Amino acid sequence: MNVLETIRIGLQGIAANKLRSGLTMLGILIGVASVIVLMAIGNGASVAVTASIESLGTNTLTVRHGTFGGENDTTRTQFKDLTVDDAVALVDPVLAPDVVSATPVVTAATTCTFEGASYSTSVTGTWPSYFEASNSPIGTGTPLTADDVLNSRRSIVLGQTVISELFGDTDPLDRTVTCGGVPFIVVGTIEEKGSSGFLDADDVAIAPLSTVQSKLTGYGSLDSILVQASSSEASTAAESEVTSILDQRHGTTSEDNRDFQILNQAALISTVQDTIGIFTVLLGAVAAISLLVGGIGITNIMLVTVTERTREIGIRKAIGARKSAILTQFLIEAMVLSVIGGGLGVLLALLATRITIADVTPVIVPSSVIGAFVVSVSIGLFFGSYPANRAASLRPIEALRHE
Amino acid sequence: MTPVIDLQSITKVYGAGDTEVQALRGIDLSIARGDYVAIMGASGSGKSTLMNIVGALDAATSGHYALDGIDIDDLDESALSIVRNRKIGFIFQSFNLIPRTSALSNVELPLVYRGVRRRERRARAITALESVGLGDRMHHMPNELSGGQQQRVAVARALVAEPSLLLADEPTGNLDSRSTADVLDLMGRLHDQGRTIVMITHEDDVAAQAGRVVTLVDGQISEDRRNRP
Ligand SMILES: Nc1ncnc2c1ncn2[C@@H]1O[C@H](COP(=O)(O)OP(=O)(O)OP(=O)(O)O)[C@@H](O)[C@H]1O
Ligand SMILES: [Mg+2]
Repeated sequence: MNVLETIRIGLQGIAANKLRSGLTMLGILIGVASVIVLMAIGNGASVAVTASIESLGTNTLTVRHGTFGGENDTTRTQFKDLTVDDAVALVDPVLAPDVVSATPVVTAATTCTFEGASYSTSVTGTWPSYFEASNSPIGTGTPLTADDVLNSRRSIVLGQTVISELFGDTDPLDRTVTCGGVPFIVVGTIEEKGSSGFLDADDVAIAPLSTVQSKLTGYGSLDSILVQASSSEASTAAESEVTSILDQRHGTTSEDNRDFQILNQAALISTVQDTIGIFTVLLGAVAAISLLVGGIGITNIMLVTVTERTREIGIRKAIGARKSAILTQFLIEAMVLSVIGGGLGVLLALLATRITIADVTPVIVPSSVIGAFVVSVSIGLFFGSYPANRAASLRPIEALRHE
Repeated sequence: MTPVIDLQSITKVYGAGDTEVQALRGIDLSIARGDYVAIMGASGSGKSTLMNIVGALDAATSGHYALDGIDIDDLDESALSIVRNRKIGFIFQSFNLIPRTSALSNVELPLVYRGVRRRERRARAITALESVGLGDRMHHMPNELSGGQQQRVAVARALVAEPSLLLADEPTGNLDSRSTADVLDLMGRLHDQGRTIVMITHEDDVAAQAGRVVTLVDGQISEDRRNRP
């Protein structure tokens, strides 16, 4: 009795009952497809958020003024401003070898207008190094220059969202846009970065620090200092260097009365990825349950098949079929159902993940494809073996008497 | 020479307690090679029970059974399946062909389970089907064949593996007189070729064909006679 022969007998069994075999495969198909698709959505969300954070630069640290917890305020002796001098002090090849640049940043929430169109955005006042540190390449025109800052020129560089809101199809270069009552000349535009749902990286307007401070915000504390580390691996080292320099300058005596906060992009990415990872596992678990239900479907169908064909089993045993031959016949039926069902499920998932769902472009996790397929076949084996074993263990006379 | 079938004090009890049925109460029977034996008896006398034990489809409650000198009582399920495959051809009253499977595939099946190669078993199955006069019906499904034709397919299946023993439990019970004659004719020819045949029947004229008639009453042998010297 060779294997090929048994496979042939198993296939005949499936072909004899097309509708039922089809429905069983559908159960497995849905299970496999949903595992792959849901994992792909979770992964897609993670990729999208990571990309949007990365578009801000993975090697940057943002030093923010103030703290977010209010409970320490009573112990704080002094609350120093974040100043341009702080930013200058951070670029120090001895004390801070991992810091490449430090750029002061102030922001002013304003409304910008151009020929009747108006748009609320925040104007960022900063230095030319901002473009590189924040990973914002210039599309058309020129970036801000040191000259612009020194002379407090009213130059401005706009992101694509602001441009489309104010100018539509008109070329914005050299036009005058009014922000917070101050007229600015558009000298450059920033390449489109793409938004990621909750964060629009193109909604920016960048002007010289000196101009924004003198016309819009006044000369108070900086909002933040954008620090560029030499690489994303060095960002942790840079973070501690920046902390110790600023601690000294601000007279920090303990972590409780520190008057600044450092946001590390690399650390942020890993936190976000962890969070989405949990979410993805959850989705996968839900999908795994449907795969399990598909497996129970196979067991059920195999039980029915075995009961219905008990007489046939009796005949086969009466003419000398061994237990192993009967067992393999039914196991192969179960396996074929799950292999075809699983295979079609993979195909369906590959098609379904081409569709963008709720702003997320699914990205297939290769291991989920292999995993779901292997699991579906194992389920076929595992859940098919019980009815198959029952069939194979029947005494021939019992099977033959079965009506 | 060892007999093909050697039964000693075979008993069979079905059920237990109140529902206990003594189907066989001590059967001693020896059947020689090449013999043609008819088993008769009233309904419920234990004929089928005896036949199932002889065919290794069921186990006796007590007693000894040797087939071709092999002790059947000692064999495990996997050895029994080999015995059923090589030594015994079983013909049932209700044909018992595998549905949705062609006559040819049905006849091939014992050879499939024996591990005979495709080409050879196909040739042997065709020969067997031709010998029962169904050379032109090989690719028909069982539900496309008459009762008599189905039973002839079953006979072909029983003899394709050339077993030492052909067992038939009322093979003509479901057939009209024409088909009965066909099947009996076939049995006669097989006997002439030297096969050992044991056949259950209710009809005297069917039994008249056999060389020996064993009659059962209530699970015991009441008569054992030879038709011709
Ligand atoms: N599986 C079973 N469980 C319980 N009792 C059984 C079983 N099979 C047979 N019997 C009983 O054993 C006795 C013998 O049955 P058996 O089938 O051998 O009779 P038979 O001689 O073949 O009858 P028939 O000519 O009607 O086929 C009967 O009383 C029957 O009721
Ligand atoms: Mg009977």
